[in-house]
Amino acid sequence: MFWNVTQSLFGGLLTTFEIFILTLVFALPLGLILAFGSMSRYKVLRYFVQILVWIIRGTPLMLQLIIIFYGPGLWLSHNIWSGDEAGRITATVVAFSINYACYFSVIFRGGIEGVPKGQREAGEVLGMTKNQIFFKITLLQMVKRVVPPMSNEIITLVKDTSLARIIAAYELTFAGYSFMKSAGLTWPLFYTGVFYLVFVGILTLLFNYIEKKLDYFK
Amino acid sequence: MAILEVLNLEKHFENTMVLKDVSFSLEEGNALAIIGSSGSGKTTLLRCLNFLEKPDGGSIRVRGETLFDAASANVIKEKELRKKRLHFGMVFQSFHLFPQYTALENVTLAGKLLAQERSDFKQNKQAIYEEIEEQGNALLKRMGLSDRRSHYPHQLSGGQQQRVAIARALALNPDILCFDEPTSALDPELTGEVLKVIRGLAEQNTTMIIVTHEMAFARDVSDKIIFMDDGVIVEQGEPKQVIDHPREERTKQFLSRYAQN
Repeated sequence: MFWNVTQSLFGGLLTTFEIFILTLVFALPLGLILAFGSMSRYKVLRYFVQILVWIIRGTPLMLQLIIIFYGPGLWLSHNIWSGDEAGRITATVVAFSINYACYFSVIFRGGIEGVPKGQREAGEVLGMTKNQIFFKITLLQMVKRVVPPMSNEIITLVKDTSLARIIAAYELTFAGYSFMKSAGLTWPLFYTGVFYLVFVGILTLLFNYIEKKLDYFK
Repeated sequence: MAILEVLNLEKHFENTMVLKDVSFSLEEGNALAIIGSSGSGKTTLLRCLNFLEKPDGGSIRVRGETLFDAASANVIKEKELRKKRLHFGMVFQSFHLFPQYTALENVTLAGKLLAQERSDFKQNKQAIYEEIEEQGNALLKRMGLSDRRSHYPHQLSGGQQQRVAIARALALNPDILCFDEPTSALDPELTGEVLKVIRGLAEQNTTMIIVTHEMAFARDVSDKIIFMDDGVIVEQGEPKQVIDHPREERTKQFLSRYAQN
């Protein structure tokens, strides 16, 4: 039985991991774009981003997931998500990417605005382009500033992947829960918890490593 | 002919006039010191020359080339703006070194980025970078910082940081080097080393504009002094004349306040 459960949980972990990685891949750059939008000198763009962030942060992620997964099928004549596991994972990644990009954008904006104005001006008087100033000067200083708050969000993401169960994506929590439902077993639930703890533990080590790596400058 | 001619420069923030009809010129190889109390517009003047602020009126000419003229001020493209800025070097009050780069990297970064625009960059990348680094090392040596080139800014004292900043500004060979109160952010015991470096530059006839509160230094080093108050140039002339025998009442008041401190 133990191997049975372990096998199932690893199957669930794979989906959890897939949602986690893909969400980061899309939400990180999208968050940066939204951060720039929220600092834009164009009022319309700024307000658009602010309202988007307000709506996304102001409503439950689970509600967003339900709307994104079921909405298209009810509004359009056909569902845009395929009916299999891949379709459910795609819908989850879309909902999560939008949601997390909004949270990330606020953190990024804080990180960018935290870099002293003098840094940009020093680059300007040295004849650097806007891009060079961002990529060669601002970016790394921003990254250093955002690592602690980002580590919080990213750890939350690991656990938020369990929300995908609501649209029947077979992720880690679903896997553990299924043994309770089918066989009345509770220990797989605790075993599931261990999977999350190890996942988050590895991430914590990774973030500590990054923080240490960036410790060479102040 | 003067290397720099500033004519009728004006700048206001909201409703406050910060610069009013500021005109002066500077000869090549000369050092100009600008003195005056805080809020008199000295720093804004330097920032206008470096295009960190856009003047509302007047013109700026370097070597006869008009860099800015409010009368024909259309939107300046980034590429042009960058080229114009390179006529001036800027040393800030609080250094603004890039914290993630070593002293040498701070000095060479802009040069390396500019070199990427050279047509022969791809073929000669290695040689170009080596040349820039060699020049960077030479500049740091001139600043007395050869043994500090691999240090990061936070590992350096304020005086050392400011000397790295001076090397960084010199690296692009500006026509005119601007100093914005270069010693104001330093502990008193560290101002000497920075002033010494600037003095050395003056002796080598570097064209400079120095905004400073160090009166004795301004008198010794500069070829010309401007006293500013409330956004206008009250008095300009020979250092000894302005500092020791000021003509204007406001200059006298300012200098006597300084003497008292």
